[in-house]
Amino acid sequence: MAKITYHTHDNKTHTVDVQKGLTVMEGAIQNDIPGIDADCGGGMACATCHVYVKEQWLDKLPAKEDGEEDMLDMAYEPKNNSRLSCQIIVSDELDGLELNIPSKQG
Amino acid sequence: MNKTDVLIIGAGPTGLFCAHQLGIIGLSCEIVDNLDKAGGQCIELYPDKPIYDIPAVPECTGEELTNNLLKQIKPFNIKFHLNERVEELKKNKNRWHVKTSAGKEFDVAAIVIAGGVGSFEPRKFSVKECEKFEGKSLFYSIKDKSIFKDKTISIFGGGDSALDWAIELSNNSKVNLIHRRDGFSGAEASVQKVKKLNEQGKLNLYTKFQMDSVLGDKNIEKVKIKHDEGEIKEIKSDYVLGFFGLIMQLGPILDWGLNIDKKTVQVNTENFETNINGIFAIGDICSYPGKLKLILSGFHEGALAARGCFKYAKPDEKLRFEFTTTSKAAQERLGIKK
Repeated sequence: MAKITYHTHDNKTHTVDVQKGLTVMEGAIQNDIPGIDADCGGGMACATCHVYVKEQWLDKLPAKEDGEEDMLDMAYEPKNNSRLSCQIIVSDELDGLELNIPSKQG
Repeated sequence: MNKTDVLIIGAGPTGLFCAHQLGIIGLSCEIVDNLDKAGGQCIELYPDKPIYDIPAVPECTGEELTNNLLKQIKPFNIKFHLNERVEELKKNKNRWHVKTSAGKEFDVAAIVIAGGVGSFEPRKFSVKECEKFEGKSLFYSIKDKSIFKDKTISIFGGGDSALDWAIELSNNSKVNLIHRRDGFSGAEASVQKVKKLNEQGKLNLYTKFQMDSVLGDKNIEKVKIKHDEGEIKEIKSDYVLGFFGLIMQLGPILDWGLNIDKKTVQVNTENFETNINGIFAIGDICSYPGKLKLILSGFHEGALAARGCFKYAKPDEKLRFEFTTTSKAAQERLGIKK
């Protein structure tokens, strides 16, 4: 388990335990955290699980695979700290990870 | 008025195979889809990407799968209504009266929603003022390119649509292409062409810029774009085009009184009927305990929903289970000559 904190657009903070091996997207879906749609189910094909990762965590994340940056072109208001949460797999190193969910997905 | 047994909403793999299953049991159907071609997500999201988990097909692309399904339903001469979205459903005695966005009307016995994650709509700019100009001087697709002649156009995006239109329109218009990063997702040859046109001064390329705002009264006059590092540029523009791909929206399906949970429609697993008699939901759009969003699950759901439609389409007849291998009736429907 790792603690992941999702800050949602309505200024609420949701800190939940997410099982290692699941993605940050799945952690949000399983815990009913609003704002992550994940229309394509984690296939890097829709950009509706877009999140902004808190700066201090950016370097600790696995590098983007081919296609993630392409998909982020389609995201709603992408920034330098944008990631697709379906591509971040939860591990011990990510215990404490914090991210913001954009005001809307697409 | 189009009269048929079943209306299928969505021409993705699940909808196509359901049409096949309806044909086999002797029911007629027509298919409506908001896209301009059949295939759904397979065609729109991954036409060239491989799929490895279709039973007995070790590998195929989204496009191949779609083409094979179309070939499989060819004997049934199914009518497609593309570029149309189903807007309204009304119960009319024992049948359904359906209206599409193009004003077409259907009289059907049952409805199968195979709508994936909803209908595909263009992704829009996040800047609020854009709405005001949409359809007049701001577009997400091009219907008539002649309006751009000798005008200044600002195109946003980095995929094939943005690149192709930037190249095409640079022949007769002044084109600015604005993209959020240096890399592009479009074809490499187009990227090189755009860079060359930029060097030759035939178009202006702005990378690491995104839209900040649009200015104008009735029509757009200028756009402000903002660099990653904060610099803001103001560029004259008669038209703005945004190409950010498509997003799926459930749309009118939300208003039909179906039990909806997290953008999916709840169904039973006996015949994939919803809470409303005569309306079925199959594929990615349906949910039930254990649901897997796989194409193969959609095929199974479609086969059962088709049989579920039978009692609405032919209330006085009994459906008998048959194999296509041995059923004369099924083979006749498939047009097989011996």
